[in-house]
Amino acid sequence: MIVQEMMKTDVVTLHKEATIETAWKLIRKHRIRHIPIIEEDRTLIGIISDRDLRDATPSIFHENRNLEELQKPVSEIMVTDVITAHPLDFVEELSTVFYEHEIACIPILEKKKLVGIITERDMLYTLIQLTGALQPSSHLEVKVKNIAGQLAEVASLIKHHKTNINSVLVYPSKQENYKILVLRINTINPQKIVTELKNAGYDVLWPKEAEVQQ
Amino acid sequence: MKKPVFIYSEQLLNYKFNDDHPFNHFRVKLTYDLLNSMGALTEEQVIPPLEACDEQLALIHDRAYIEAVKKAGEGDYDESASLTFGLGTEDTPIFPHMHEASALIVGATLQAVDMVMDGKATHALNLSGGLHHGFRGKASGFCIYNDCSIAIEYMRRKYGVKVLYVDTDAHHGDGVQWAFYDDADVCTLSIHETGRYLFPGTGQITEKGQGKGYGFSFNLPIDAFTEDESWIELYKTSLLEIADYFKPDVIFTQNGADAHFLDPLTHLCSTMKTYDTIPRLAKTIADAYCGGRWIAVGGGGYDIWRAVPRAWARIWLVMNGIEASGPLPSTWLNKWQKKSPVTLPETWEDRENAYKPIPRKQEITEKNALTLSKALYLIRNEKRT
Ligand SMILES: [Zn+2]
Repeated sequence: MIVQEMMKTDVVTLHKEATIETAWKLIRKHRIRHIPIIEEDRTLIGIISDRDLRDATPSIFHENRNLEELQKPVSEIMVTDVITAHPLDFVEELSTVFYEHEIACIPILEKKKLVGIITERDMLYTLIQLTGALQPSSHLEVKVKNIAGQLAEVASLIKHHKTNINSVLVYPSKQENYKILVLRINTINPQKIVTELKNAGYDVLWPKEAEVQQ
Repeated sequence: MKKPVFIYSEQLLNYKFNDDHPFNHFRVKLTYDLLNSMGALTEEQVIPPLEACDEQLALIHDRAYIEAVKKAGEGDYDESASLTFGLGTEDTPIFPHMHEASALIVGATLQAVDMVMDGKATHALNLSGGLHHGFRGKASGFCIYNDCSIAIEYMRRKYGVKVLYVDTDAHHGDGVQWAFYDDADVCTLSIHETGRYLFPGTGQITEKGQGKGYGFSFNLPIDAFTEDESWIELYKTSLLEIADYFKPDVIFTQNGADAHFLDPLTHLCSTMKTYDTIPRLAKTIADAYCGGRWIAVGGGGYDIWRAVPRAWARIWLVMNGIEASGPLPSTWLNKWQKKSPVTLPETWEDRENAYKPIPRKQEITEKNALTLSKALYLIRNEKRT
């Protein structure tokens, strides 16, 4: 997946002359944590976060507000050394950037101009989507030998049941010669598929059956 | 004098996918027969249903979907219906007259609603209903039309009441939750096995509603292999606190019986103790907040011989204040044991130690207690301030 497909294009921005007070109001109104600062032609020149604002105006939480501080332009407190990305970057790479730089928001630029934004929250949401858990489905977990064609075999068995696969993840197993396939399949009743997988010699890790004394 | 009503006719059993399908409404007949054999059903209390009309179905469902169901039931469907409408899949296969069968179930639930809301009955039960997975434009999880959602929307429009929906099926009541996710006059509570593994996957604590409806969706996703004690603790605490917070005009309960330890589709370990508790508290809440107005429907439940009839009969017995314990009626046992592929239980209660001890019991109980406090955090906080 590329950044373009998941970025938010409707971005709340400010010009560098805007006051800190305006920035505060926007952050509260839109319940956001970052505002990119741009030129008239949308060139990115900086970014401010709710934390920058708080550091700059510690006294606004007291009774006698310091109005002077609030009237200063955002350019005085914005961060200008901004980590950005391009719409055609890969989402997978971007998640590494979030992780390594410990940042919560990445402006997306095309020819230095702001075209979108991605927050850590958007990133997480995309990952949740990748796990398939947002569409009605059951979890199926199968341990397979680490050789070619195993995923295809499991998938074709599921296909025979006219059951859609919502997502597939492949994890390394603790045992070196095995891998674990985690699928979300679009059925409330995975039992038939499980039985067939077992009959075909697969180790089904989930669903497990409750042990009932008869 | 007003009494509870039981919506029933054999036509409700026409909601039948095929002989091998786990969803089997023969369980409604088995329950009806169990209640009859103990003389708990009087003739005046049994009301036959009427088929719901298209306008009623369209309170929730897209017209295009209704048309697709009608066509499919007449043998007119192509592969694309499976993708677009969820019809013709292994979960919801096509069967003749599926529209009529599904609309009759909706009609039965609406009948139950009208009887209670028009003051003709104290409570009403439609065991054929409870098809809580149905979406506006898609069949899902054995459910074609979502009678719960339709009935709630119908009550909202016709009677203007605030509805508390309580879903104790082992699966998350997703169809109903999403239908009223932004509605502050419909409060949904679903207690289910965690979607981490089980269908449909949703129903996490963090799903709390949106917009005006924020704070009116409650989810208690509990661990696999949860047992009575922990289940009942979560049910009682959450329902009491939510009812007190929301103050409903009417309570609508979905009574899927698939949290039973014998159920083949899920991994919870409830026994009849749980199924005795569910309707008792529902009735208490209905009497305390809703002037008795309580509509109950069925839902999931795939051990149709041993678990479902006893669990569902309990709802009716509680509605009528009839106590039952010890041996099941021998007429019922003798009649159905011959037909049942499994040995029928002989008593209303499950026997002690019916399943092997759960090794992680302590851990599961602790985790569920945490889930409970997280799910109720908002309303407990509101109370303090
Ligand atoms: Zn269920």
